[in-house]
Amino acid sequence: MKSKTKKNVPVLDVKKLKVNFQTKTGKVTGVNDLSFSIFPGETVCLVGESGSGKSVSSLAIMRLVEFGGGKIDAGTIMFASNSYVQSDLINSDQNKMREIRGNQIGMVFQEPMTALNPVFTIKRQLTEGLRVHKQMSKNKADLEALNLLKSVRIPEPERRLLQYPHELSGGMRQRIVIAMALACKPKILIADEPTTALDVTIQAEILTLLNRLKKETGTSILFITHDMAVVAQIADRVVVMYHGEKVEEGNVNEIFNNPKKDYTKKLISSVPKLGAMLGKKYPEPLKLDSKNNVKSIKIVGTTKPLLEVKNLVTRFPVTGGMFRKKIANLHAVEDVSFTINRGQTFSLVGESGCGKTTIARSVLRLEESESGEVCMEGVDILKQNKKDLLRQRLNMQMVFQDPYGSLNPVMKLFDQVAEPLINYKIVIGHNLNKKISELFDKVRLPRSFLNRYPHELSGGQRQRVAIARALALNPKLLILDEAVSALDVSVQASVINLLLDLQEELGLSYLFVSHDMAVVERVSHYVGVMYLGRMVEIGDRQTIFSNPTHPYTRALMKAVPIADPKKRFNRDDINFKPISSPIRDLGFVPEPSSYNMIKKGHYVLKNNIGYN
Amino acid sequence: MSNKIKNQEILFSPGSTYWGDVWLQFKKHKGALLGAIIFFGILITVMLGPYLWPFEPNAIDIRSRNQGPSLLHPFGTDQLGRDTFSRMIAGGQTSITVGLAAMFLSLVLGTCIGVIAGYYKRLDGVLMRFTDLFLSLPLLPLLLLMMFLFREPLSVSYGPEKGMFILIVFAIGVTSWMPTARIVRGDVLALKQREFVIAARSIGSPDQKIIIRHILPNILSPILVSATLGIANAIITESALSFLGLGFPPDFPTWGRLLNDAVDYLQLHPERVMWPGLAISLTVLSINFLGDGLRDALDPRIRGR
Repeated sequence: MKSKTKKNVPVLDVKKLKVNFQTKTGKVTGVNDLSFSIFPGETVCLVGESGSGKSVSSLAIMRLVEFGGGKIDAGTIMFASNSYVQSDLINSDQNKMREIRGNQIGMVFQEPMTALNPVFTIKRQLTEGLRVHKQMSKNKADLEALNLLKSVRIPEPERRLLQYPHELSGGMRQRIVIAMALACKPKILIADEPTTALDVTIQAEILTLLNRLKKETGTSILFITHDMAVVAQIADRVVVMYHGEKVEEGNVNEIFNNPKKDYTKKLISSVPKLGAMLGKKYPEPLKLDSKNNVKSIKIVGTTKPLLEVKNLVTRFPVTGGMFRKKIANLHAVEDVSFTINRGQTFSLVGESGCGKTTIARSVLRLEESESGEVCMEGVDILKQNKKDLLRQRLNMQMVFQDPYGSLNPVMKLFDQVAEPLINYKIVIGHNLNKKISELFDKVRLPRSFLNRYPHELSGGQRQRVAIARALALNPKLLILDEAVSALDVSVQASVINLLLDLQEELGLSYLFVSHDMAVVERVSHYVGVMYLGRMVEIGDRQTIFSNPTHPYTRALMKAVPIADPKKRFNRDDINFKPISSPIRDLGFVPEPSSYNMIKKGHYVLKNNIGYN
Repeated sequence: MSNKIKNQEILFSPGSTYWGDVWLQFKKHKGALLGAIIFFGILITVMLGPYLWPFEPNAIDIRSRNQGPSLLHPFGTDQLGRDTFSRMIAGGQTSITVGLAAMFLSLVLGTCIGVIAGYYKRLDGVLMRFTDLFLSLPLLPLLLLMMFLFREPLSVSYGPEKGMFILIVFAIGVTSWMPTARIVRGDVLALKQREFVIAARSIGSPDQKIIIRHILPNILSPILVSATLGIANAIITESALSFLGLGFPPDFPTWGRLLNDAVDYLQLHPERVMWPGLAISLTVLSINFLGDGLRDALDPRIRGR
């Protein structure tokens, strides 16, 4: 009976919350009329796209929003520190909030690289909160820190305590951040996009860890994310937000199986699902709404090779000592070969640090390679002199990951898109205006944007400008380096569709670099999986996805979160090895890659690369 | 058809010219506007003053020496009865010209060296060691040596005042570019890694175009900040040189020299220190605000707000 009454008192009860931001031009509403509650031992997901107010809500609960210029104008946030005492956080003064923050409400931030102080050991950072909030003695706090590291399943916890953050991998750091947040046994853990900056395999580990911790400690979790697949993996209840307002709230199964609002439906349908392309030979655009008005196209392409990469090796020198001598090599790309056909897409997929971006840049010779061949229509790019290289770059262009970083902030969009045309003196004078306008039409941007600056555009719009700039020279090959990874799901879906449309229309070939298996499955004809600078498995998309053979490929597939609450990670599946270092001594001679042919066109790496 | 015309109009819509937008944003920054008014006020007074003010800066009138401010001599007179206001005007001409010219020289030097060191990895080590060398040189002995070596030949070929002017501007310019170079280099190194610079390389932009179109506009704010600080520095260094008797000829007024001359009479006539001090501070402060507003106005991210 007692436990039942306890269950009915929410740990956190947010009612009619309204947060405004004062800007130069007037008040901007961050969150409007938001109500939701979290019960003990429950995971509530706040989901929405960027700008939907989900982070603002979490900051409002912590009362940290005031430090960022926001103001809570209305509403109540009732927090139950135990089952009898409830207090309104909005009326608490900052002294009391300091007592609650970290102690009763823990917080995990997105970026594990910056959430830890680089000059203190892990032990010092972990014990700080314990000694302040719980008044523990030094020895007792040290012991508790060790237990915490054990509870977040960090291997060799004794050694980790004495290490500094830079000595640990991203996933390990995020575990430590979680351990810190859990140190004082908080009632609620607020996790703000804790897995967005991590690789899929590490994301899977962290999600299982959070699920397990919730069961073990009974902590409630407020999980903030933009990724519906992650929601399906972790949530008990879901609150969908849009433009600062709640769109829909419900049980996770209800939301996924029977979404009521159009926005929720759109959010779910724009998530590329792994396995959605099963049995389809060629890539197809995503169907974004139920109206079915997307014309169904199939991108067939040709089987004539356009770009052939043979035995590409790229290494970066590691310098050290007083005179910055080369002391070691970072083997970024090691003996990689692949072919891209005209009008088709070849995808490189792998985790961060596996060398996929280096390959993309080596093909354009933005990085100089050690050895190998990159043949574009029979011409070896790597052997061209500076002048010929410029001419060869006419044929291939690149779209970068970060839509905020890849446009010059102080140049008008017109000038940015016109720059390649002016460089190559292709279009001059009045025709330039016409050409640029047509390019904007092509990427479905209004012409009125021509005179704007990048900061006036959203992420998706900027990425369209970057695509327009890349298309200006009529290239045959477009290198897409994580081109859709930084975008919101619905924007991502529309940019993917744009890319597929353009491929169909202009017969472009794509080198598609991504860490997202589901997106890769959607767009590619051929796929290469990379690990530690080597291509571990290569073949056509259908084969790779239906019959993954290399153990690493399998592990990668397993780690992809599935947007279905019934298919959650099995904790026994999740057992990944940390990637070993690609830095080798100067004298190290790596063995050439050798492959087993599984069937025609499907090859699996034979070399032992520490993942079997 | 009508749609096409509409788009053309948008493309060439008048009224939103680049400098028009810059001016609109600049106007919004009240401090910068005030700074601009004060600076141009000082500039106009100093330029037109000699034609309007009845007293010559070097006209000695022993009978009316050491006077306080009056209607006839608003800033008073000095120990030789020279009108302080006219000396301030004459001194301002030299000081502001020296300040602007030396700042410009050190800015050009610093920016060039910083950009080249940051952009071309090969030259980075050499240029930065060169910068370190200049930073480690003791400034005053170096200036003294330069004065000693070049004063006579320059005086002969350009006349004593012009020769001195060239020498002082050059001396201050070549000994104060190092901080600018270091700041610019750091910013260029960071910018070079940004994707839009890599993107510019991949669309075939030549190096000088990348530097002019993509790098320089993005490092404008540290350059402008060092420029405003540079002017102040130049005025003060010039006064230090004058103090050591190495600057302009002794009867040739500059703000720095007036300040130093007045120090001897600090107890008897404290207001004499105030005038040149106030002029230097006001100039530096107004240029600082001017630079601040200019930086904001040139940045489209701030301008859009």
